[in-house]
Order: sequence, then C-alpha cells, then structure tokens
Amino acid sequence: MILLVSLLALAALAAVPFFVGAYPLGLGIGILGYGALATAWALFSGPTRYISLATVAFFGIGAYTVAVLADLMPYPLVLLCAALIGLVVALLVGLATLRLAGIYFVIFTFGLAELVRQLVTYYEVNVTRTLGRYVFLPIGPEHIYWQLLGLLAVTLALAFWISRAKIGLALRVIGDDPVVASHLGVRITRTKLALFSLSAVAMTLAGAIQAPRWTYIEPSIVFNPTVSFLTVIMALLGGPNRLFGPLLGAVPLFLLFEWLSANFPNHYSIILGLLFIAIVFLLPNGVLAAWDKFAARLKNKEASA
Amino acid sequence: MRFSAILTGLVLGGTYALIAMGLTLQYGVARIMNLAYGDLIIAGSFCAMLLFTAMGINPLIALFIVVPLGFALSWLVYALMLQPLARRSPNRDRLEGDSILATFGLLFVIQGVALVLFGANYQSYSFLAVPIDVLGTTIAANRLLAFALAVLFGVGLWLLLTRTRFGTVIRAVAANPGSAPLVGINVDHVARLAFALGGGLAAAGGVVVSMYLTFSATMGVIFTMKALIVVIMGGVGNLLGALAAGLILGVVETLVSSFIDPGLTLAATYLIFLAVLVVRPQGLFGKAAR
Repeated sequence: MILLVSLLALAALAAVPFFVGAYPLGLGIGILGYGALATAWALFSGPTRYISLATVAFFGIGAYTVAVLADLMPYPLVLLCAALIGLVVALLVGLATLRLAGIYFVIFTFGLAELVRQLVTYYEVNVTRTLGRYVFLPIGPEHIYWQLLGLLAVTLALAFWISRAKIGLALRVIGDDPVVASHLGVRITRTKLALFSLSAVAMTLAGAIQAPRWTYIEPSIVFNPTVSFLTVIMALLGGPNRLFGPLLGAVPLFLLFEWLSANFPNHYSIILGLLFIAIVFLLPNGVLAAWDKFAARLKNKEASA
Repeated sequence: MRFSAILTGLVLGGTYALIAMGLTLQYGVARIMNLAYGDLIIAGSFCAMLLFTAMGINPLIALFIVVPLGFALSWLVYALMLQPLARRSPNRDRLEGDSILATFGLLFVIQGVALVLFGANYQSYSFLAVPIDVLGTTIAANRLLAFALAVLFGVGLWLLLTRTRFGTVIRAVAANPGSAPLVGINVDHVARLAFALGGGLAAAGGVVVSMYLTFSATMGVIFTMKALIVVIMGGVGNLLGALAAGLILGVVETLVSSFIDPGLTLAATYLIFLAVLVVRPQGLFGKAAR
C-alpha cells in the first residue's frame, strides 16, 4: 500500500515538467535540490545528533567535478566520478573526527567548505591558470528535474530502509547514549562513518546534477556557505528525525528564500539568521514533533472533558 | 629572510593566541561553542576602522570603546539567547548542540549586518605603518604594537585568573560546574560574565587585527576556525596552551605563505589540526581524557 502510494506520488511529480512553464520548473528544481540535501543531511545528523556544517563542501565538490570532467567523458561516468570523490573526502573527514566527541566533528566540518574552496582556487590559479569554468552539457531543466527527483526518491528510500534496519537502531542508540551503544556491541565509529559517507555522496550528487544549470562555475559560486546554512535550517524546521521532515522544511523555506533574495537581496542573511535562531528556540525537534505534541495535548483535553 | 618570516609569524601567532583566549573562556567556562566568535572579531575591526577613519580616534584609544562594547554585546547575547538554552538543556551534549546551532544563526545575522553596512570588499587603514629595525630585520611598527597588546592582554588575563578571587571562581566553574554551587558559586552568573569577558577579548582581537591586516565582512569564519584550532591544540581552558599553540600556528602559517604559497595557509592550518586530532585530541598540553 505504502509502496503503491509512493510510486503514484513519484509518477505524478515526474509528470510535472510536461505541464508547467520555465519559472515553476526552476522552483521545482530548487525545492527538489534542497529537499535532497536536507534529507541527506538528516540521514546522518538526525539520529546521531552530529551537526554537519559541511554540506556545501560536498555539494561544491560535485558541481566542480562536473565542470572539470564534462568534456572528457560521458555524463553517467562523470556522476560516478563525482560520487567517488565525495566518498573519499567523506571517509577522510570521518576517519579523522568521528571516533572523537561530536564537537570535533562540528569544528572540522565548519571550516571544511572554506578549505576545499581555497584548495580548488589554489589549484586553478597555479596549475590550470583559469579561475572559472563553463559547463556546456546538452541537459535541459526537465532532465535535471527528473534526476533530482530520482536522487530524492533514492535518498528517502534509503532513509526509510535505515530507520527499519539494524543500522538505524544502532544509530539511534549512539545518538541517545554512546556508552550504552558500545556496551551493546555497536561498532560506533564504523556505523557513523558508513552513514556519514552515504549522506555525503547524496550531497555530492545533488551538486553534480545541478551543475549544468549554472553554465559558468567558479569556487565562490559553488562553495557558497548559504547552502550549508539553508540545508541545516530546513532539516531542523521539518524535524531531522522524521522521514519527510527535512523535505517538509525545504518547501516553505526555499520559497521564502527565493522571495527574500528577490525582494531583500541585501538583508536576507539577517532575516534567515533570525529565523534560524527562532527555530532552534521554538521548535527544537521540528514542526512535525511540535504538531504531534499539540495533537496529543488536544486529545488529552478531550479525554478529560 | 627566514628570521623576518619567523618574526612576522610570532606577531601573527600573538594575535591568534589573543583571540583564542577569549574563545577558551567562552567554551571552557560558559560551555558555549560560539560559532559567531570570529564575526564578533570582524565587528571589532570594523568599529576600530570607523572610529579611526571617520573621527580620527587612535586604535589604542578605540580599545577603550570597542572592548566594553564587545563585552556588553556578548553579555546581552548570553542573557537573551544562550542562558534560556542552557536552562532548557538536560545535559551538556544537548547544550553544546543547541548553542552551536543558535550561534550558527547568529553568525549569519552579524555577517549580514556587516555586509549591509560595509559591503563585501576588503578593508584596511594605515596606522603606524613605519618600519622599525629589530635585530637586523625591519618590521612595521603596527605589528610590534599588535604583539605587545597581545602580550599585555594575555598577561592581564592570566593575572586575573590566577591572582584574584573572581579568577579562582571562574576556574572553579571551568573545572567542575556541578560542584561549584556547593561552595556558594552562582554558576549562571559566572558563566555569563566569562562569556562576556570572552566577547571583550574578541573585540580587542578585532582592534588588533584591524591595525595590521586587511579584513572583510565574510572573514569571520576563518578567524573562528583558527581560534577553535588553537583552543583544541592548546587544550580547552588552558591559557598557556592557547598561547603556545597560537604562536606555533602563526609561525607555521607565515613560513608556508612565504616559502610555499600564500594560497595554502588554510590547508597548513588544517593539516596541523588533523595531526592534533589524530595524535593528541585532548590538546598538546591538555590532560588525557576527561
């Protein structure tokens, strides 16, 4: 039943490009892109409570890989390369930090995007002597839409499977109490590393798939810290521990962000920062959890009345 | 050439140590991992530049204006934003997570304000840019002054922490916030003061930075990052450790940028950080596993 409903929903969403114009399709791409990023973020950070601030590092690696390799090999192979590079970086970061307390991971990811951006800039300036690249791929917006929809569906399916499987239970125990987890025989570092790598690969692909939309790519565009920021705030708004929570947060916040950047181009980071603080304060577990609480309270009142 | 690079590195390291001391107070005592710390530094730099270029106020005098401002702003941030989080959190891990997220939002607010007011360009002003001869190499007077100020603040803070009653109270909370109330210490109050003191040091660091470096509204992340790395290298809450780690970082960065490539300084910083995490995550001078 669930499978049937999700397949029908997927088919309906896949048909959208046939019926809408260019602007709504662009919005759809943005929502799907951020939906995939936020879902991938929550895949790891939701159950473990390890806050990753490096979303844009992986997103940018994906986009940049496409820019560099697009002319050299067929497109599916380029995506595969991007995913592999993302995986290797994630493994390096994870091996260095995930065996330590969560704070080290946060600090490391906090500066990671800036580090990758500077390294890419250094390489382009000194080795290839060009800063900025053009991506000319025969990929229309509807193809990008379908690819992102596929990525989102796979990420959601993965999240669903993980929440049912043994590894999901292990992750939740780690998030609740790492000491208990290790006494239960959970291989803490290995479990966290696997999940972090999965989520990083999904983020890398989200960047790679959207690369053809920009046409012109340079480090300061694809490594924009606002992407990391938006991803975290979307996942938090919806609720990082719910399957559809991050996606639910992505829809309103992406539209709000579009509206803000069109109408208040200079002030949007202030407004979004304040909104972020408000969400951390008022909805510590996301809007879905808050709604459940509210509904439960309503029910109790009815029962007592 | 090599000696002058090391001298420049020591000066830079002094500034890193200064800003790291503020962060180690905030994290070690108030238990707040403040990701907006670097943006407060940049705000201090912009204030100093504004006072100097618009009103002709000497940065040394500007310290007396900017540092109290940084103190007051951090006090307010803690009282309004972080204390409610601290009261709500059932344990330290939860507070750490919530404070990271809240200050991550604050980072974008402060950065957004700076972008609106000053734009995204690199800024600097010329103050005491006269060459001075030190043991055969020349160095700008503003850099020497920056180093002297870092030493002054460092020694002052060390004396405050080790020689006064207030300092003892702060160290008691840092050592064991659970037991401090048993000897009549108001932990909430001390944490707020320590956080504000850290903010004052950040503002001082900002003034010092503005005297000899160019800065921009989006550079806060880099300063936060370096301060964090210095704090972890030196061991959380360890002032002398922060001093040594800051100097090491400054010298390594300057050597890399003058002998290899300026584009690789952050990579060098990260490499050191990685090495510390792999070999001694408790810091070069930290106690093993708390």
